[in-house]
Amino acid sequence: MTMGKKKKNGSGRLDAVLVPLIAVLLGFLVGSIFLLFTGKSPLLMFNAMLQGVTGINIAMRSFNPRYIGELVIQAMPIILTGLCFGFAARTGIFNIGAEGQMMVGSLAATAVALTVKAPAFIHVPMILAAGMMAGALWGAVPGFLKARFNVHEVVVTIMLNYVALHFNNWTILNVFGSVDRVKTAQFPQSALLKSPWLESLTNGSRLNWGFVPVLIAIVAYWFILEKTTFGFGLRAVGYNKDGAKYAGMKVNRNIVVSMMIAGAFAGLAGAIITTGTFSFGRALSAAEGYGFDGLAVALVGACQASGILLAGLLFGMLKAAGPLMQSNGIPKEIGGIIMASIVLFVAMKYGIERIVTIVKLRRTKGLALPTETEEAGV
Amino acid sequence: MKYRTFFATLLVVALAFTGCAKAEKAAPVPAKPAFKVGLVTDLGGIDDKSFNQGTWEGIVRFGEENGLVKGTDTKYLQSAAEADYVPNLSTFADEKLNLIVAPGFLFEKAMGEVADKYPTQNLLVIDTVVTKPNVVSAVFAEHEGSFLVGVAAGLKAKADGKNVVGFIGGMQFPLIERFQAGFEQGVKAVYPEAKVLVDYAGDFGAPDKGQALAQKQFNAGAYIIFHAAGGTGNGMIKEAKERSEKGDVRWAIGVDKDQYTDGIYGTKSAVLTSMMKRVDVAAYEVAKMTMAGQFPGGQTLVFSLKNAGVGIPNENPNLSADIAATVKEYADKIASGALTVSEVPAK
Repeated sequence: MTMGKKKKNGSGRLDAVLVPLIAVLLGFLVGSIFLLFTGKSPLLMFNAMLQGVTGINIAMRSFNPRYIGELVIQAMPIILTGLCFGFAARTGIFNIGAEGQMMVGSLAATAVALTVKAPAFIHVPMILAAGMMAGALWGAVPGFLKARFNVHEVVVTIMLNYVALHFNNWTILNVFGSVDRVKTAQFPQSALLKSPWLESLTNGSRLNWGFVPVLIAIVAYWFILEKTTFGFGLRAVGYNKDGAKYAGMKVNRNIVVSMMIAGAFAGLAGAIITTGTFSFGRALSAAEGYGFDGLAVALVGACQASGILLAGLLFGMLKAAGPLMQSNGIPKEIGGIIMASIVLFVAMKYGIERIVTIVKLRRTKGLALPTETEEAGV
Repeated sequence: MKYRTFFATLLVVALAFTGCAKAEKAAPVPAKPAFKVGLVTDLGGIDDKSFNQGTWEGIVRFGEENGLVKGTDTKYLQSAAEADYVPNLSTFADEKLNLIVAPGFLFEKAMGEVADKYPTQNLLVIDTVVTKPNVVSAVFAEHEGSFLVGVAAGLKAKADGKNVVGFIGGMQFPLIERFQAGFEQGVKAVYPEAKVLVDYAGDFGAPDKGQALAQKQFNAGAYIIFHAAGGTGNGMIKEAKERSEKGDVRWAIGVDKDQYTDGIYGTKSAVLTSMMKRVDVAAYEVAKMTMAGQFPGGQTLVFSLKNAGVGIPNENPNLSADIAATVKEYADKIASGALTVSEVPAK
């Protein structure tokens, strides 16, 4: 029904929205089916998710804005790592090094937070800039190796994730002298993104000023890629490297710069987590999965700024609703199954498009020339 | 036209929501005010065969004895990342559970934060000390229990004519070094010539790393390995099991709980004994006190050999009667204070 109405807006645009939407719905459907197998009602799950998004618990008739704050906290880093993956992907680079780029970002943020003494309005921007620069540097390495020696970026970025993990741990433990061997001393107040006002507004969640740089990053992503000649050059490399080269574009330079910008997004995520969600530098026992979550977010968001924002909020919601779901006896794996299914269905984009086209054809029966309609739909 | 689409969508959404609401109203049965205990796990998960699982077993035992319903009165939340600790604890605090338990020193900061945000919430943190009026801290004398398994390892190696044993730690920090220190002292007490190999995996959740380190130590001649590495140590037990199965007999010593069943191959087990850290006792005892209205807020409870908070299992099929008797002697000496075990490894 809605499909028929929306169709009036034009079908090319529509598919870009409709396909991910169908993928999301199918993902929830798969999750619900799995949940039924465990003997729990999917309604419990949807109630938990509704509470995760709005803070309203229908069953208990209560409202707790803390969940809204936590949703934002969960969404922020994966939106940024999504931008990281998406930006490189638009330039034709498969950057799975967001995790490592984020770790060095958080390490740089830790370094500046602990060693520099400055008032907050200088200290915080310095920390964010340091995180972005470290991430950019970490991204530049695979970019350079790809541009100069044609070394495949997937291998290099995976390796660099491990290097980042151990470099981070070594530095935290040996340079910043951790007492208990897992974290540094507490950062000074001037280094923190935390805001008592935002916290009290959301009933004691960890909501902090980190969302401001995240929003700026989303706009920057859109602006660079869609509105500048430079971004056009990057996208041209992504569409056809040889074509771009033939057109006189600096392909190699574009690859390195694109990886640096991508790394900067991830580095920013590291800085925000370290000084917003936490207030100390951390030695990690293993990668935390923000990189791969970002990959999923970018894929579901079709590497578009708005898509990444929405997909990040969606996945953030699934993560934020996690405790509520578990508390109702829903296995924590269900959230993961939903996320994985959504990515899977997005990957089956062409199949879904095909089905959508066929459905449309059926609806326009009576009209002649079905082949023409099909062409217009694709 | 556009408005019509908008209102149609709105209507559909509204219908969907009311549908939900109706179904939900019927679902929850008005429960009588009961005693509720919640556990928040660290990254290891509820089935880590160690710390989280042990604590959960203590809570379940408490629940069974007091007629609490598993899943609603006693329940757990698993954490997927460190950033989940605070929201998980807060979710339970919002539900106003009577006691929230978090095992693991990694909870130190999160526990402090949540204790401040929910000053009336009763909290129990195991394995670290958080000084807040509404938090009880339960700590263990790991070095004492590790001393005992060190004695067992030393005697067993001596009896079988071997002279190398090993220790594998998760991450190297003072808490895990207590295991190493106790184990080394125990071995040396009964077998001064023995060599103790020491390795740290840098990870509590990587069985592959544990297995690789075990291969390294076994290849270097280690006869028995003691681990204090959570899930990582399961890889070590696997390696000991696989070698023993092929006739190259090696032994593993479990940690935190009795890991005998994890080492079973055929009719035997490769697990010699285990250094039990009775996190279940800690969770059980504090839950009991809380239910009796005597929540010891702000206090640090030490679980040692003296109050059976650490030790080896009652049943040790792989230990000869002689060895078990000697271990018991040392246990009594330490419990009575006649012997003190150092908490830091000799450099």
